[in-house]
Amino acid sequence: MEDYSKLKAIAARLRRHIINMVVAANSGHPGGSLSAVEILTALYFQLMNIDVAEPSWPERDVFVMSKGHATPVYYAALAERGFFSPNELPSFRAVNSRLQGHPARGKTPGVDMTTGSLGQGLSAANGLALGARLDGQHQRWVYVLLGDGELQEGQVWEAAMTAAHYALDNVIAFVDWNGLQIDGQVNQVMNVASIKDKFAAFNWHVQEIAGHDFGEIFAAVEKAKEAKGRPSAIIARTIKGKGVAFMENQAGWHGKAPSPEQAQQALKELEVE
Amino acid sequence: MAKTATRDAYGKALGELGAENSDVVVLDADLSGSTKTAAFAQKYPQRFFNIGIAEGDLIGTAAGLAASGKIPFASSFAVFAVGRAYDQIRASIAYPNLNVKIAATHAGLTVGEDGATHQMNEDIALMRALPNMTVVVPADGAEAAAATRVVALHQGPVYLRLGRPAVPDINGEAYAFELLKAPVLREGEDVAIFACGYMVHLALEAADLLAEQGISAAVINVHTLKPLDTETIIRYARRCRRVVTAEEHSIIGGLGGAIAEVLGEEAPTPMVRIGVRDTFGESGKPAALLEKYGLTSKAIFDAAMKLLGQK
Ligand SMILES: Cc1ncc(C[n+]2csc(CCOP(=O)(O)OP(=O)(O)O)c2C)c(N)n1
Ligand SMILES: [Mg+2]
Repeated sequence: MEDYSKLKAIAARLRRHIINMVVAANSGHPGGSLSAVEILTALYFQLMNIDVAEPSWPERDVFVMSKGHATPVYYAALAERGFFSPNELPSFRAVNSRLQGHPARGKTPGVDMTTGSLGQGLSAANGLALGARLDGQHQRWVYVLLGDGELQEGQVWEAAMTAAHYALDNVIAFVDWNGLQIDGQVNQVMNVASIKDKFAAFNWHVQEIAGHDFGEIFAAVEKAKEAKGRPSAIIARTIKGKGVAFMENQAGWHGKAPSPEQAQQALKELEVE
Repeated sequence: MAKTATRDAYGKALGELGAENSDVVVLDADLSGSTKTAAFAQKYPQRFFNIGIAEGDLIGTAAGLAASGKIPFASSFAVFAVGRAYDQIRASIAYPNLNVKIAATHAGLTVGEDGATHQMNEDIALMRALPNMTVVVPADGAEAAAATRVVALHQGPVYLRLGRPAVPDINGEAYAFELLKAPVLREGEDVAIFACGYMVHLALEAADLLAEQGISAAVINVHTLKPLDTETIIRYARRCRRVVTAEEHSIIGGLGGAIAEVLGEEAPTPMVRIGVRDTFGESGKPAALLEKYGLTSKAIFDAAMKLLGQK
């Protein structure tokens, strides 16, 4: 067993940033940020070939946050990685801030693609992957994170077709499979099951993993990179609100800031990790 | 003054309509808590369809329900209902002239913190350009409730534009809403202020500021953007000889654009358009954004003063 204590410490820091940011803004999306912490930590602190001194370095790996509302975890990861100072995080969602409610390319260092209208990120990822291919950069990885509710958008499946059709094996798509969207459980609002069968039917390489387990994330990405001629989907079982007991598996914490007292409670829980 | 969000008034009226008219059906796209269709969903689960995060499908399904004689209200945020499904609205609703009511909430800058991706400042322009479409922008809770009832009985596609924040109740409970007919909220002689939606109460504030300077401003609530009450617009432009328009929308293609089109052909009049000036919005508290982008009573006041040559 490898020791992931360093990454776990980073993950805990990101979780605390998430709580502090939504409290400072008194708005934002804690639930789907907390569920994606390990995925973002793995990407930005181990997997991605990036240079914080040169965010637009043309040969870098890129990431598309297709579920664009998860800016708290995204900005927390970018800040901790060094794209900008964590001191800037409290300006999240304030007027004149670089940290927009949804990711804005050109406004925030390290953000590769603008998102926020769900369902558009995988198409952009395909375009980035095709661009890398045209430039002869076959080892330039394009990562994308989708929500499970987001999979209801038809464009996701148009893009899934495109990625397979053009054999974009440099596309690695994570699905944050937390089972919840805004109006409730995904399988009750509009069932997308079976996610795995659907991607497989679209001729993707598909894996299911425990999305809060670094070992499983790294193993899956390694296999995804080995899958030649096919894009890869990593369906990550996660818990919405992970790490804050009163938020876990609660659709109500999708897009709401905790009160200062609730935040105290949340930060206390996140301290002991 | 008490305040009500137009989306809240819509949700409440929809619940009442459900009891009165069994043909009314409601569709949403995973935002029923925010669009306020949840109350209808609770009362009439058989007549409520959550389509999930799939706005194209939302609009297309509503078109089919209308084609089978139902009166569908389809709701999402304005940016998604219009932006994600424009061709579905155009080809499946407007062209076949189907009886769908697109009730879109969270329009304009006052969405606030979610930022530019969520602030729809172009929907009036897009909807107004569609043949067969009626476009209604209520200014307060009473107007939103009354408009919901009126458009349910109106035959044909309607775009009902609703907002996120609470706005002052400027119309009384007994308010009678009539499509097309633009109510004159304040009579005046020196400048005509045409406003819609969120900006109407600010236009009234601006008229107060102008009155303090001895300037008499007429305030007209243009709640129906299409068809437009050209008769009232031309009459007040001629009478006041100066026009200010105010909308929580781009100055391109919305209320200001519509009035400029009419006056340009029928009664050329010096005018200033207050609205979002061909730019995307950003995150921030609604009040901070309205200030930064110049959608305030002071901006309306300044525009009137400029037209009167007093600035
Ligand atoms: C096109 C579009 N429609 C609706 C929304 C509003 N919205 C924001 S988040 C969300 C739910 C997303 O659920 P999911 O993809 O499961 O995300 P997660 O659970 O990971 O937060 C919705 C409907 C949006 N941002 N974009
Ligand atoms: Mg989800």
